[in-house]
Amino acid sequence: MRFLFKTDYAQDIRLAKHGGHVFWYSLLILALAAAPWIFEEYWLAQLTFVLIYGIVGLGLMLLAGFTGLFSLGHAAFLGVGAYTQAVLTNMGWPFPVALFVAGGLSAATGVVVGLPALRVKGIYLGMATLSFGFILEEVFARWESVTGGNAGLNVKPPDLFGWIVDSPTKFYFLCLVITVATTLGVLNLLRSPTGRAFVAIRDSEISAQSMGIHLARYKTMSFAISAALAGIGGALYAHNIRFLSPDQFNIIQSIDLLLMVVIGGLGSIHGVFFGAIFLITMPQLISATKDWLPAVVADAPGLKSAIYGAVLVAFVMFEPMGLYGRWLKVRTFFQLFPFYRKGMFKRQKAFQKSDRLK
Amino acid sequence: MQFLQLVIAGVAQGCIYGLIALGFVLIYKATETVSFAQGDLMMLGAFCGLGSMTFLGFPFWIAVIATIAAMAGFGFLAERVVIRPILGQPAFSIVMLTIGVGYVLRGLITMVPNIGTETHMLPVPYKDQVAHWGGLVLNIEQMVVIAATALLCVALFALFKYSKLGIAMQASSQNQLAAYYMGIPVQRLNGLVWALAAAVAAIAGLLLAPITFVHANMGFIGLKAFPAAVVGGFTSLPGAIVGGLVIGVVESLSGFYLPPGFKDVAAYVVVLIMLMVKPNGLFGEKLRKKV
Repeated sequence: MRFLFKTDYAQDIRLAKHGGHVFWYSLLILALAAAPWIFEEYWLAQLTFVLIYGIVGLGLMLLAGFTGLFSLGHAAFLGVGAYTQAVLTNMGWPFPVALFVAGGLSAATGVVVGLPALRVKGIYLGMATLSFGFILEEVFARWESVTGGNAGLNVKPPDLFGWIVDSPTKFYFLCLVITVATTLGVLNLLRSPTGRAFVAIRDSEISAQSMGIHLARYKTMSFAISAALAGIGGALYAHNIRFLSPDQFNIIQSIDLLLMVVIGGLGSIHGVFFGAIFLITMPQLISATKDWLPAVVADAPGLKSAIYGAVLVAFVMFEPMGLYGRWLKVRTFFQLFPFYRKGMFKRQKAFQKSDRLK
Repeated sequence: MQFLQLVIAGVAQGCIYGLIALGFVLIYKATETVSFAQGDLMMLGAFCGLGSMTFLGFPFWIAVIATIAAMAGFGFLAERVVIRPILGQPAFSIVMLTIGVGYVLRGLITMVPNIGTETHMLPVPYKDQVAHWGGLVLNIEQMVVIAATALLCVALFALFKYSKLGIAMQASSQNQLAAYYMGIPVQRLNGLVWALAAAVAAIAGLLLAPITFVHANMGFIGLKAFPAAVVGGFTSLPGAIVGGLVIGVVESLSGFYLPPGFKDVAAYVVVLIMLMVKPNGLFGEKLRKKV
């Protein structure tokens, strides 16, 4: 067991709470930096995907997990970032500038989408974001002079002022640097007054308002930051996939992203990355178990969707905190060993009250 | 004349949206959650009808009744198994849960060998019949949709307005705890609501099947029914139908008069305008929290 002695107020908002954090996160960074020499190229590519989805997930987590606003159209922001990056890179813009513009344009779209969020709540907001998602998907498909329409759009490799990122290893490092930077950025944001305001809005809008939090401003800000992160993720996604078509940014993708943050664990940064790992490795796991199953089941096209659905249902029912919640329990078990009790994380009985009156 | 023809086609399509939206509204009114599985329940209903007509060889009317009953049972069971354990959790968990249920249903149907991956035709007695009326060509399939929707809507409206059951459902939607204290069996009511919603979905599926064929992805039409529910105000049963009609007619007209692409997004443009202008919908009740 570890006892933390608080001797300083600054201790409460320190990123690394104790030596254990410093040790384990340094180890993680070292392992990630050494990954190209540890993993084969295929797994490195998967890891790159995890990092990219991690960035997008950070954005959605900020919005859904910390501000309590659910977006069913996040793939659209991903698409705005991806297409902006693709078009600008193909025009010969250097990578950082294009990335900045992609993030910025995404954020601007986020503000526009966020406008109805100021008036509507709960499911209506989901509806508004869903609608925006559909409309933007149609725009990607129809605006052929820019996006190439359904025929798709090829993306050149990133160009950092002359340093062409053309190998998977180089691209992996690029993603790693951006992921670490955005993660630290979000962590910093969350311990700042802005982040606290987001959490306050999530927990109760009325009390947040009474405490002097300007709801409209903070909700718009949350949407903008979230969309910007999705845009940055989308830009990297464009470079990773190298070929964009509108159906990559449809409702299924939006639901996948939401699934990622819910399964990872709403309201935790760890959850984002757990969720991203889940989302990327799940298809691999399914194909790995295919040999064990009878051919009728294994070759059925609906297997993946059925398993995804079942896992989602199981998590919502039995582990609402997601993979992070499970990890928390395991960790507590070992920290308190042998004093862990079964009811420690028992869900409180709750009675639903009308959302319409919020 | 052409305009009128387009409007009629739109009305028929809108009735389908309205029917699915009725399911949303029913569940929302009674349990204050939104079921994303509604479209997939409709798909399941259509497959159920197909199965009972082609494999079991039931005559049409028996098949319809059997399908509705089976789906009502399924809805009741689904509520009992997956929804009830998380009763009272934040509304969003239930949304995610229903998305998951929808995924599972779609996946399972696709996994049925030789059936799930193909498109089928539902053998209904009124298939491909047309009536001519004053220069208009009326498709009987569409007329059946319109008539059935109108009937169902009136019945449901009466249920919520005049029956004890409907009023109890409204009470439990507004405050579960208070409803418990007043002696309302909230859990059993929720089960009934889900059964009712599944039955409505089955009816929608059976009505839609002759028009669009039966296939595993027909549930995606549910995503168009959301705008219908929102336009109608999400808490109003007639509103759902009116919303569906608005969406259907706008879609049908924009498909003809506007460049391609607009037909697919017309519903979403309408709902966005609606949300900005009148977030509570056409018939939504205006409620405000008093602190």
